[in-house]
Amino acid sequence: MAILIYAEHQNGKPNKTAKELASYASAFAARTGDQVIALGFGLTEPEELYRYGVHKVLNVEDPRFADFNARAYAEAFRQAADATGASLILTGQTADALYFTPLLAGLLQSAYVTQVIDLPESVEPFTVKRKAFSNKAIAHVVLKTPVKILNLAKNSFGLRENAVEGTVETFAPQVDDGVFEDIKRVKVEKASGKVPLSDAEIIVSGGRGLKGPENWGMIEELAEVLGAATACSKPVADMGWRPHSEHVGQTGKQVAPNLYIAIGISGAIQHLAGVNSSKNILVINIDPEAPFFKAADYGVVGDAFEVVPALIEKLKKFKLNS
Amino acid sequence: MKILLMLSVVPDTTSKINFTDDGTRFDKTGIQFVINPHDEFGLTKAMQIKEKTGAELHVVHVGPKENESVIRKTLAIGADKAFRIDADPRDSYYTAAQLAEFLKDKDYDLIIAGRESIDYNGSMVHGIVSALTGIRFINAVIGLELEGDKVLVDREIEGGKETLETRLPLIIGGQKGLVKEEELRIPNMRGIMMARRKPLEVLPPVEAPELTEYVKFEKPPAKGSVKLIDKDNLDELIDLLHNEAKVI
Ligand SMILES: Cc1cc2nc3c(=O)[nH]c(=O)nc-3n(C[C@H](O)[C@H](O)[C@H](O)COP(=O)(O)OP(=O)(O)OC[C@H]3O[C@@H](n4cnc5c(N)ncnc54)[C@H](O)[C@@H]3O)c2cc1C
Repeated sequence: MAILIYAEHQNGKPNKTAKELASYASAFAARTGDQVIALGFGLTEPEELYRYGVHKVLNVEDPRFADFNARAYAEAFRQAADATGASLILTGQTADALYFTPLLAGLLQSAYVTQVIDLPESVEPFTVKRKAFSNKAIAHVVLKTPVKILNLAKNSFGLRENAVEGTVETFAPQVDDGVFEDIKRVKVEKASGKVPLSDAEIIVSGGRGLKGPENWGMIEELAEVLGAATACSKPVADMGWRPHSEHVGQTGKQVAPNLYIAIGISGAIQHLAGVNSSKNILVINIDPEAPFFKAADYGVVGDAFEVVPALIEKLKKFKLNS
Repeated sequence: MKILLMLSVVPDTTSKINFTDDGTRFDKTGIQFVINPHDEFGLTKAMQIKEKTGAELHVVHVGPKENESVIRKTLAIGADKAFRIDADPRDSYYTAAQLAEFLKDKDYDLIIAGRESIDYNGSMVHGIVSALTGIRFINAVIGLELEGDKVLVDREIEGGKETLETRLPLIIGGQKGLVKEEELRIPNMRGIMMARRKPLEVLPPVEAPELTEYVKFEKPPAKGSVKLIDKDNLDELIDLLHNEAKVI
């Protein structure tokens, strides 16, 4: 039997999500004896996945797949699942995977569970733990079909090296040209040179307490010192102080970095729903009663306009010395 | 032109989430149910298209009778007609199969859902409907423009957005950005009065398998208490982040 994972990549190199999925699959395979197989589209460094326990990489080299197309990718996965006899398919919490995986689940008529946070609790019945109610609950769900599909919550398992000897094969899914013509990409806009929110290990996030867009210089500087991405609360995006793509929370992006730094954010329940899976939370707020402190690991009570510049200076020194 | 909103009804975002029967069931006591926030953006977008083109707007919801007051809200905001499929949407595949069956003899041009529902956060019903019906689908939609036969759709991607060109009929998973926050509609008195006379048809469910089963719920472990660091002692903070949390 086999576990099939989606090897998403950036410029041909498997990304962190792909490695996390490989780590998860490999840990599960240690229990079941399954082979771990990765499917990618245009990988140039597939070998990187061996380090995380992938035995075989199926690489699609057909140039029609170079641009992401959900229907075509779902079709490719269906064919790969057939060809490998996979009983478990794993994708990650990325925009592309969340788009094509439900299509795949529909095509295969397979049980599909998102927001999975741990290895299956039992194989028979096949039970997994997932987040639900916007992080306010954990649910235990049984998947009842022979082929099962899981979407792993970001940063919930982590990377675990387990090097194996692997092979790469070219995989050529049969997909009609019409599928690629049906929905066509005409433009892409990506913020360049900045750490994308979704991949960030550290996120520096600002709220209404920062008073206005002109005060974001120190937020960006703190982010730069830490190699972090920047984010914001909903009203900050709504007022146009920051782009909507930075809005985190229940109705914005859900993030789970290793460190989330909340500056001048009160910690409303809807905000927390999108950030409280972060491994560590640091809150900087002038109000000792701010609800965010209850959800934080570390807190500094103080005026952001004093604390943040001081923190930047200290961090710069710390970085120089380490 | 005909538009359909696939409505999800969810607990209000401020709800305290509890479970009963030994953690096997979501406790609805005291919970106020609302239009799923992601669907609200789609509903407003649908109203804007309706006002511009004279499109007809229908709403379909899979759920129990008690959700009808929320369905009425969509009629009060301006939808013309609603359908409720009388079933418990416990499993995404089962729910999608009900919607796919509903769509079989219909001819909607644009079918709008939310990116995910904020209760089960499955992010999948609309995608499965696409697979079951063959109607093309775009997820995480933050902009949509109709130009005759052509549709231009902005989709959120990692670190940015892309513009896709396609045609109708189309299913979208909408989210914030589809319309501006301040454009969101709420029912007014006249709308509420009119909604009472608008048709809300109840349909029986069809046979369909449930592919998953929720066996137990629990609350996430509570956070330990926060470590407060004096603002004049930021070296301690850096030390904790470095040596204890190991994040810098
Ligand atoms: C349906 C719905 C969905 C929502 N979804 C989201 C969501 O996804 N994400 C989200 O963020 N919100 C969401 N909200 C809004 C949420 O309820 C809060 O209104 C919002 O998070 C508050 O943003 P804030 O913390 O930036 O502002 P405020 O609540 O105004 O908090 C500002 C904070 O800054 C502090 N402060 C002020 N001055 C200083 C200073 N000089 N130094 C340090 N601290 C200072 C204050 O003590 C205060 O705690 C949603 C609301 C609803 C109804």
